[in-house]
Amino acid sequence: MGGFVRGRMIARRIIQALPVLFGVVLVTFLLTRALPGDPAAYFAGPAADAKSIAQIRESLGLDRPLPEQFWLYLKDLATGDLGVSISTGQPVMAELARRLPASLELTLGALLISLAIAVPMGVLAATRPGRPIDHFCRILATAGVSLPTFFTGLALLFIFYYLLGWAPAPIGRLDFAYLPPDPVTGFYVIDALLAGDTETAVAAFSQLILPMATLALFTLAPITRMTRGAMLQALGSDFIRTAKAAGLSRRKIIGRYAFQNAMLPVVTTLGMVFSFTLGANVLVEKVFAWPGIGSFAVEALVVSDYAAVQGFVLSMALLFVCLNLAIDILYTLIDPRVSIDG
Amino acid sequence: MDEPAAETALPSNAGFARRSLYILSANPVSFVALGGFGLIVLAAVFGPWLAPYDPLLTDAAIALQAPTAAHWFGTDQLGRDVFSRVLVATRLDLTISVLAVALSFVVGAGIGTMAGYYGGRADRIASRVVDTIMAFPLFVLAMGIVAAMGNSVENIIYATAIINVPFYARVARAEANIRRNAGFVQAAKLSGNSGMRIVGMHLFPNALPPMAVQASLNLGWAILNAAGLSFIGLGVKPPTPEWGIMVAEGANFIVSGEWWLALFPGGALMITVFTFNLMGDALRDIVDPRKRT
Repeated sequence: MGGFVRGRMIARRIIQALPVLFGVVLVTFLLTRALPGDPAAYFAGPAADAKSIAQIRESLGLDRPLPEQFWLYLKDLATGDLGVSISTGQPVMAELARRLPASLELTLGALLISLAIAVPMGVLAATRPGRPIDHFCRILATAGVSLPTFFTGLALLFIFYYLLGWAPAPIGRLDFAYLPPDPVTGFYVIDALLAGDTETAVAAFSQLILPMATLALFTLAPITRMTRGAMLQALGSDFIRTAKAAGLSRRKIIGRYAFQNAMLPVVTTLGMVFSFTLGANVLVEKVFAWPGIGSFAVEALVVSDYAAVQGFVLSMALLFVCLNLAIDILYTLIDPRVSIDG
Repeated sequence: MDEPAAETALPSNAGFARRSLYILSANPVSFVALGGFGLIVLAAVFGPWLAPYDPLLTDAAIALQAPTAAHWFGTDQLGRDVFSRVLVATRLDLTISVLAVALSFVVGAGIGTMAGYYGGRADRIASRVVDTIMAFPLFVLAMGIVAAMGNSVENIIYATAIINVPFYARVARAEANIRRNAGFVQAAKLSGNSGMRIVGMHLFPNALPPMAVQASLNLGWAILNAAGLSFIGLGVKPPTPEWGIMVAEGANFIVSGEWWLALFPGGALMITVFTFNLMGDALRDIVDPRKRT
């Protein structure tokens, strides 16, 4: 029964994501058309002459009515055409695809670290209210959200690169002395390990560690705060009192009953945390010269490369919608109430 | 969970000021935050007169000096006094974030209370718009908006306001929605008040306390966001002193050991946001004791 109900709920979540997806594409389209003055001139770049601007206008369909332009935009999107980046001369799609693994390696790594630290810490704090670990968590929760990521990144860089010399120079994903491993997943550390090249894997990991720590520090606070709050609420509820009265062990009460229920609100907040992480990612990539899509967008912004910027905004939004969908599905899978209702 | 027993000991007819003071005194950090907030506001108002040097005055002879008695925070690559620049920047950073928060407060309150009261189609449209904004990673959306509308300080404010509207709209909608059939609303309706009047005079004031909490919690985030945008080169242009752009300029010197260029503006930013967040927590304790942490 439970499996069937879950399957139907997952299908419903996917259908619910469709209007959001449409909204995202529409907003990105309107942003590209809301450029002050002549969008064609912006897309052609500052060096373009009248003829190439006219050409761009025609190729973008800017001389046609807005709904028709939107239809053309959708058709281009469907074929993966996001326009051409003026700064590199390459299709924006290809540029983004080339840089996406670098960003994902950083973001996902940071989230994994942060979850691995924040969730146990939140649980510890909630099960020991008023004790030092609890106070520490509360300070961390307020202090952590006050940290400007670009500033923590620089501080870590100064301490671990300049003062201590433990970390390598912030020159991207891999020192020049090493060749990038054959791409399988696009993640250098995993690819190098797959190729059996531990030396390159260590080198790639040492480049990754500071930017990853910066992002992880940023996400630590909200996840800890949420875990602590959710655990406190779960521990105060009636079913825990019943479980205690029935004489279940503390380990079973906290580990199974309270934790499983507390994870639901935590998983829900992960969506918001992702949103902030994808934004913070841009700043961290700039600080560490990380060749991901964030630093690509920042470079594009500086030279007014609009096709690249809009492609970036759209792809980040699509990534975020997919992540949220994944979270919703995960929620459905771990929610213990679903199988009971079914 | 700070001593709930002591809280009930307070007579329920105590005045609002006394009660607020009582709640705050349970958490002395609030007073530190209040003091810090006062200092920051003073710096924002009187900064340009308090600064010991002209924040734009360059002097190549004293470029890149570490902090000394004459230059408390050292000097930058053009010999400008970092302390004066950090101090003067306070006003700009606060102005951007306060204006952005005020704008999203007003727009969010309007959209939210109307959606909550009228329900139906207005509610569906408003919810769709809010959901669509929230479907973007917010900082990325702000980047896109500034890129589309043009690279200026004004547009930084608009972009920061737009990405914050959903939070206010949601709070206002929830508050209006639970009261749309309340006795006082029905009484107002029966005595011939228009819908807009009910929204403005009866529902909005009720939504005010939770929205004020939201605003104070939001202010720190708005500063971070605006500073982040100028860090990547949007909005404020050099040589204007602003914390985000100063950190960005100082970033190039971190790897060669000139830490004071980035540390002091970054530290000022961090302390300001921290103070605002503590204030937000304190305000929330007063308005909604259930959410105390």
